Amino acid sequence: MNPEVLRDVPVLETDPLLDDPATRIVVCCGAGGVGKTTSAAALGLRAAERGRKVVVLTIDPARRLAQSMGLTELDNTPRRVPGIDTARGGELHAMMLDMKRTFDEIVEAHADADRARAILDNPFYQSLSAGFAGTQEYMAMEKLGQLRARDAWDLIIVDTPPSRSALDFLDAPGRLGSFLDGRFIRLLAAPAKAGGRAGLKMFSLGMTGVSMVTGTLGKLLGTGMLRDVQTFVAAMDTLFGGFRTRADATYRLLQAPGTAFLVVAAPERDALREAAYFVERLHADRMPLAGLLLNRVHGSSAGELSAERALAAAETLEEDADGGAPHRLAAGLLTLHAERMRVIARERRMRDRFTALHPEVPVAEVAALPGDVHDLAGLRDIGDLLAAQPPVPQQR
Amino acid sequence: MVTGKGGTGKTTVAAALALALADAGKRTLLVEVEGRQGIAQLFETEALPYEERKIAVAPGGGEVFALAIDAERALLDYLQMFYKLGSAGRALRKIGAIDFATTIAPGVRDVLLTGKACEAVRRRDRAGAFVYDAVVMDAPPTGRITRFLGVNDEVAGLARVGPVHHQAQAVMRVLKSPETAVHLVTLLEEMPVQETLDGVAELRGAGLPVGAAVVNLVRPAVLDAADVTAADGVRAELAEAFATAGLGGARRGGKAQRLVDPLLRQAREHAERVTLEERQRAEIAALDLPTLELPLLWDGVDLAGLYTLAAALRAQDGHAVTGDLGGSSGGPGGGPSGAPDDDGDEREGAGA
Ligand SMILES: Nc1ncnc2c1ncn2[C@@H]1O[C@H](COP(=O)(O)OP(=O)(O)OP(=O)(O)O)[C@@H](O)[C@H]1O
Ligand SMILES: Nc1ncnc2c1ncn2[C@@H]1O[C@H](COP(=O)(O)OP(=O)(O)O)[C@@H](O)[C@H]1O
Ligand SMILES: [Mg+2]
Ligand SMILES: [Mg+2]
Repeated sequence: MNPEVLRDVPVLETDPLLDDPATRIVVCCGAGGVGKTTSAAALGLRAAERGRKVVVLTIDPARRLAQSMGLTELDNTPRRVPGIDTARGGELHAMMLDMKRTFDEIVEAHADADRARAILDNPFYQSLSAGFAGTQEYMAMEKLGQLRARDAWDLIIVDTPPSRSALDFLDAPGRLGSFLDGRFIRLLAAPAKAGGRAGLKMFSLGMTGVSMVTGTLGKLLGTGMLRDVQTFVAAMDTLFGGFRTRADATYRLLQAPGTAFLVVAAPERDALREAAYFVERLHADRMPLAGLLLNRVHGSSAGELSAERALAAAETLEEDADGGAPHRLAAGLLTLHAERMRVIARERRMRDRFTALHPEVPVAEVAALPGDVHDLAGLRDIGDLLAAQPPVPQQR
Repeated sequence: MVTGKGGTGKTTVAAALALALADAGKRTLLVEVEGRQGIAQLFETEALPYEERKIAVAPGGGEVFALAIDAERALLDYLQMFYKLGSAGRALRKIGAIDFATTIAPGVRDVLLTGKACEAVRRRDRAGAFVYDAVVMDAPPTGRITRFLGVNDEVAGLARVGPVHHQAQAVMRVLKSPETAVHLVTLLEEMPVQETLDGVAELRGAGLPVGAAVVNLVRPAVLDAADVTAADGVRAELAEAFATAGLGGARRGGKAQRLVDPLLRQAREHAERVTLEERQRAEIAALDLPTLELPLLWDGVDLAGLYTLAAALRAQDGHAVTGDLGGSSGGPGGGPSGAPDDDGDEREGAGA
């Protein structure tokens, strides 16, 4: 552990970021379970109470948190959150992403009523919109684009899906886009058409090859399903080009100067490894990184008492049979303290490893609260902790 | 099958379970399906190829094999088996058909993955004995598990005849039999427990055999709320106790006395967490499943840690590892708690 390294790490100041009218989009990303949703909601609340007109796009919030923000209506549009301090003229709106609804809305917006119906009823579409890996990521980006286009808020805070890897969030839209625009799906759509033939030569498969392909897939998947895919593709034809275009537009939006990425991590090995990847990827993609939000960090205001001394003292007290209840309790307090100090040491090691790799990334720490964060008061606490950087002097 | 909310320890628990089940003379297979090489990382070996290979010898002397199932390769094998595709497989891959079928066509991927695992479950050697005494799958997370396991029902319904129909039916027979158990890993936190409750309800609704709840990352409750209240009432004595233990002076402003406040605060936070955890424990208990707990390993899970967790599974189980967790005998895993009888089936990892 090298205190010099720690002192040199720039501090991530969130209040100036939230207050700056030029900041239009804040994206919270990181591995699953680290507190992305919680941080997004806490930042949104804080920005609103500091006077901005904010919308928070959450994905998969904990049930009680959703309830406390009034996110019980699943209508896929932002609702005003009651119970916040509006003295400075701010507003907080929040919504929970419904990926299927978002997909349906795209279809409805880009196809006439009959065609839209045909697509929405197609079993293949239903499976695609409910479950394809990447659909949620794509729809989150789509929704962000929509919210931005409405221009009804001056700050949009975006939570990201609990991807298996933080990077999925940047890659998935492209994957879905290229799948929908892809040649195989087109091949399926046009096997019988004369025009299809020329295209097929490209794949260096003869006509027999093609019928072999469709025949095999038909057997494997059921011909019914293959037919569904074919009608789906035919019906979606007009939308296809649109997917790529919109994915590209959102991608550019993320690179714009008004956007700030906050990489959220817990001080654990896996989460910080994901965070490091993410930092590198954002840099490579020229996306503006504001800093690392290190969440659920432990501290102690008795940091001068080491784990080893605390444990030794606890043992002394436990061995002394005549000490009675106070000795037992004192031993318990010391055992807990030793545990805490070990956690702190491990978390510090993890953090140091990250900062050694990325000394330029500003960091803000948020303490681990003993309970879950499930109401506005809890979110406000997180916001206060975020603003109070560097954290209360803990270790010496 | 080991499922759970993302990040709760599915891969870790699945690996520990495969070790725990590999008693002397037994052989287990640990299967991974999400293409993430989590098993290789955990066992500190290079990436696993699409082939079964021995990765560990268990404390009991048994062998643990591992397999990272690759859906694309499984599809090609499958096409080869049923349709004698030959080099056409490569052409299929080239135009994106394989990619299509394994990533997007509803359920194909899941059919392939469960199919491959079931094949390993049923495989016998020349003498007619099962090749693996247990197959443990590091399965998809709770949110997707029911669909994942139920996909063959869907497929068997869609394809009414032919090899796919038969294969799907055979897989479903294994998955719904008492030979299978779906274990759910959880933490004592609100979101993972909620997912566990939802997951169990879904699995039961689909007629899939629920095994045990495995509570991971358990920290010992050193003091509870009553202790903290008691401690608060004897601050002076605490300062004296600290002083007795050599931590400084007990008088006001002395080193030992100054420890009382911060240490009490930490204890209060601890007690608050213990209370919350008890509430989550009660929720889990209401599921009426065999429940196992695995300790938080302070230094993270390395190879040694994995053996520690395996030992913890064995030590607690009574019958659970060999019965419920092994899922190879006894009543349907979805039944009420209380381990089923050890009926001495040859595929049981006989305890002791
Ligand atoms: N009992 C334990 N003690 C300490 N650390 C643990 C324990 N169990 C799991 N971990 C750690 O928690 C992290 C997540 O575990 P793991 O990868 O097994 O979870 P998972 O459910 O498979 O995650 P994913 O959903 O990403 O596949 C790992 O770093 C692992 O080492
Ligand atoms: N600083 C914190 N202290 C205590 N609990 C927290 C903190 N941050 C998040 N949590 C809790 O952790 C859980 C996961 O948080 P969540 O924001 O849903 O993570 P993510 O969106 O990254 O998956 C929630 O139950 C939340 O209340
Ligand atoms: Mg979330
Ligand atoms: Mg895993």
